[in-house]
Amino acid sequence: MSAIEPPLALLAELTHRCPLRCPYCSNPTELARAKDELTTAEWARVFREAAALGCLQLHLSGGEPTARRDIVEITAAAREAGLYSNLITAGVLLNAALMARLVEAGLDHVQLSVQDADEAGAERIGGMRGAQEKKRQAAALVRASGLPLTLNAVVHRQNLHNLPQLIDIALDWGAQRLEVAHVQYYGWALANRDALLPTRAQLDVATRLVEEARSAHRGRLVIDYVVPDYHAARPKACMGGWGRRFLAVSPMGEVLPCHAAKSIAGMRFPNIRDSSLEDAWTGSDAFNAFRGTAWMPPPCRGCAHAERDWGGCRCQAFALTGDAAATDPACALSPSHGLLAAAVAEAGEARFRYREFS
Amino acid sequence: MRRRSTPSGSRPAIGGDVIPKFGPGVRLQEDKARARWIVMAPERMFLPDETALEVLRLVDGTRDEGAIVALLAEKFAAPAEEIRADVAEMLRDLIAKGALRE
Repeated sequence: MSAIEPPLALLAELTHRCPLRCPYCSNPTELARAKDELTTAEWARVFREAAALGCLQLHLSGGEPTARRDIVEITAAAREAGLYSNLITAGVLLNAALMARLVEAGLDHVQLSVQDADEAGAERIGGMRGAQEKKRQAAALVRASGLPLTLNAVVHRQNLHNLPQLIDIALDWGAQRLEVAHVQYYGWALANRDALLPTRAQLDVATRLVEEARSAHRGRLVIDYVVPDYHAARPKACMGGWGRRFLAVSPMGEVLPCHAAKSIAGMRFPNIRDSSLEDAWTGSDAFNAFRGTAWMPPPCRGCAHAERDWGGCRCQAFALTGDAAATDPACALSPSHGLLAAAVAEAGEARFRYREFS
Repeated sequence: MRRRSTPSGSRPAIGGDVIPKFGPGVRLQEDKARARWIVMAPERMFLPDETALEVLRLVDGTRDEGAIVALLAEKFAAPAEEIRADVAEMLRDLIAKGALRE
């Protein structure tokens, strides 16, 4: 087996607490409590170990990362470790004083979420009244601070009709980048799949609108586009391959190959409270389970795409087939590919099951 | 970071008094684990080639293009005229990528 390459990016899920209740939240359906969260010193240790291991980029996420009272100290620890820090926030807890302290601590970039373009829609999807105006103010604070701003718009069946207005918001609020990200179906989003899955027609319109906006706003706004694999014939190269580029640490210290990996029942993950990050990355069963191509069953085994898409997504394979080692059903070569079209055909539910602590 | 192989054509040349700066959220960082330098930017990174790296190391927000050319000419004991075209091309490329701004 070839040597294990070091990771490039770390996703630090600082907390699962969040004032919003988005029904597609990427957190696991079993949320961690505040008392179980890693301390400031434990996060600082994780950052030092991540940088020593080879990580360059750090995503400070959650839940809502600014729900942690020590977010400024955590940001300072990231800078001290030499990591490029990206705050992934809903923006509703940001104020001028906190923004100034985050800049002072060395924050590099802010990614602000927006749930919809119109206020009523946004507040229904996010489940928080008054959120949209707070987000608009947060964007203004980021701009005034001089930090670069990315707007992240998660899109789905119930807000895709407002995509042109979402692009306008990115321009109005002064973002340099916009991520138009179709929902990925794990955890909460899988529980809400019938309410969120777009139709093929919605997807095609969205793809065309993104292409048009890219050329119309070239030089002013960069648009990244994440497509939903329920309409795809080839799976995404999830995480750039399991244990290849990326690792995540959960609020309570579990080291994960992907933030959704805990959805794979029966897998045990190392914890930074009793393991170094390096041991977790190179030596743990969890990271080695699906690393490379040796684990692959047919049709992935020997497939020309095996080192391009790395078999797709393990969490999606598990969620849809019950076998985490199966080929991702998003691949047309998967014997379970028909499950996706069946799910699209069944979609059309209006109500959400909101994210909540159980 | 790849150099353009085509000539720069009629695009406006950057004057000697332009002061290149890193864009918002962009910085040059040492990647010790891989023994290289990398340009970090929001949600992406660029791997500069050796020539680009020589230029980027001299970008400090106060030096203008002429000063960068002069320092490189001295470092590599080469005529400034030869270096000037390369540096102008490189700066244009880095500005187009969003790594630098004027």
